Amino acid sequence: MQIYLPIAEVVVNAFTLIGLGGIVGLMSGLFGVGGGFLITPLLFFIGIPPAIAVATGANQVVASSFSALLAHVKRKSVDFRMGWMLLAGGLAGSSLGVMLFNMLQKLGQVDLVVQLCYVVFLGLIGAMMLQESLRSLRRAKQSGPIRPMRRHQHGWVHRWPLKMKFRASGLYISAIPVLLVGACVGVLGALMGVGGGFIMVPAMIYLLGMPTKVVIGTSLFQITFLSAYTTLMHAVYSNTVDVMLALLLIIGGVTGAQIGTGLGAKLRAEQLRILLALLVLVVCGKLALDLFLRPSELYSLTPGILK
Amino acid sequence: MIRALIALLALLAPCIALAQAYDDPDAAPREKIVAGLSRNDVDITTSFDGSDIIIYGAVKRETPIPYDTLDVVVTVEGPARAITIRHKERRFGIWVNTGKVSVGAAPNFYVVATTRPLDQILDPAEDDRFRISVPLAIRAYAGTSSVEDVVPYTEALVRLRESGGLYRLDEGAVRLAQDTLFRADVQLPANLIEGFYGTRIFLLRQGKVVATFRAPIEVRKVGLERWLYRLARQQPFIYGFMSLAIAVLAGWAASALFRQLQRR
Repeated sequence: MQIYLPIAEVVVNAFTLIGLGGIVGLMSGLFGVGGGFLITPLLFFIGIPPAIAVATGANQVVASSFSALLAHVKRKSVDFRMGWMLLAGGLAGSSLGVMLFNMLQKLGQVDLVVQLCYVVFLGLIGAMMLQESLRSLRRAKQSGPIRPMRRHQHGWVHRWPLKMKFRASGLYISAIPVLLVGACVGVLGALMGVGGGFIMVPAMIYLLGMPTKVVIGTSLFQITFLSAYTTLMHAVYSNTVDVMLALLLIIGGVTGAQIGTGLGAKLRAEQLRILLALLVLVVCGKLALDLFLRPSELYSLTPGILK
Repeated sequence: MIRALIALLALLAPCIALAQAYDDPDAAPREKIVAGLSRNDVDITTSFDGSDIIIYGAVKRETPIPYDTLDVVVTVEGPARAITIRHKERRFGIWVNTGKVSVGAAPNFYVVATTRPLDQILDPAEDDRFRISVPLAIRAYAGTSSVEDVVPYTEALVRLRESGGLYRLDEGAVRLAQDTLFRADVQLPANLIEGFYGTRIFLLRQGKVVATFRAPIEVRKVGLERWLYRLARQQPFIYGFMSLAIAVLAGWAASALFRQLQRR
């Protein structure tokens, strides 16, 4: 079924869009990532103009992560206090990121910076997660099934002032690293046009020492609000949100998210992390190839006048 | 005597001017185009999937048909929009966008339909004057740039748009009967944007344009498409909140639905 999108002004197949939304929704429910780093390149691929893809992707992320968030709230696996703190940092970071984005645009190399950001961050995070989860999987196999993970590793993060109790995470740590993690994710999210879940999840596990059980729900909480903010900014300042496109992606997305959350509850945390790590590495590899291989067409068209 | 001469000249002046006008072949062409379009507007609905326009007409003349062959060229041109063409080069091992050329306004759609191959029927000087062929129609809009040689960029623009079906040269697509009646079927693609699409018809003899005709086609969004487009432009805040509300509602509905399903 072909459908004309009113803002994007292109014709696409409605079922393709529902399918794309479904895949990304599944990721969202499984891993607690918004899926922005997947949906945006996929939309480029089917011919949606980049600016529309970025903004509408954010709108879709709101729906799928909200849907998954509700499922996590039901299971009481959301640390709201942590979520609000991360969000506060995230909004500040996001605004900073938009400013940085405009600055780079004036310098003329924003695309390259964004692409390099993707390759570097996805590569680092993917490799780190894969290594760590493989190691813990091996350890779990060697020394019996139940061995409590050491969560309270008192590193530099735990010596800072302004300590707060995060009951749901079972943490008593300084608010400063929490705000900083939120802000960093906000900056990168705005720069890369994504919610930032794939950076947030590992940061929460490895930097803040949160238990995997609450990490996904809490990350979804922050992503829902941050991408709602991004969507609104795009709608108001650049008129690039296509609600028809979003609706089709959402129908697939919310369904996928529910299936993903159910599936996530059945899989083990280490297995989940290995899967996410592999996914991140695949996307990273694809983007790296784009940078290093000679493109088939050296010229490209971008709507509007670039300064 | 002199005064009488001046008076005579003054009396004659309008007659001389009139005679001159009558001799000028441009003022009263021997052949004229009478044409029509199968439709003057195209409505974009949600299920819009392209449209066909039939441009038909006749050559009106008061003299016998000249012996040299007559050719007809029909062009349809979409609204112009700004576009930037960028070029990638290898720097430090990776492919980076280096040069760019911005074109202030290039038509998003341009099709040329002809009776015979264009280079056989159109004089290059006439092409230059009326900007008929695809490269010239684009060059008409060439803007400022930062690179020395703009040509590869405009060529790339034409190439990319041609491969996307947005710029087309349909040689032989205009059918001409008895040197008088002609008809062109122009297919408009599904990826149309709103605006006025200009239709031009040229009559050619010995490479020269002997008559022209213009008519607009209005392409506009209707119904839900129009309502959403207007809302997004005029009330972006309401539109943004509406998009969010849809997202949140859909998220909640799916969550509630699956909970119901799991309970059973």
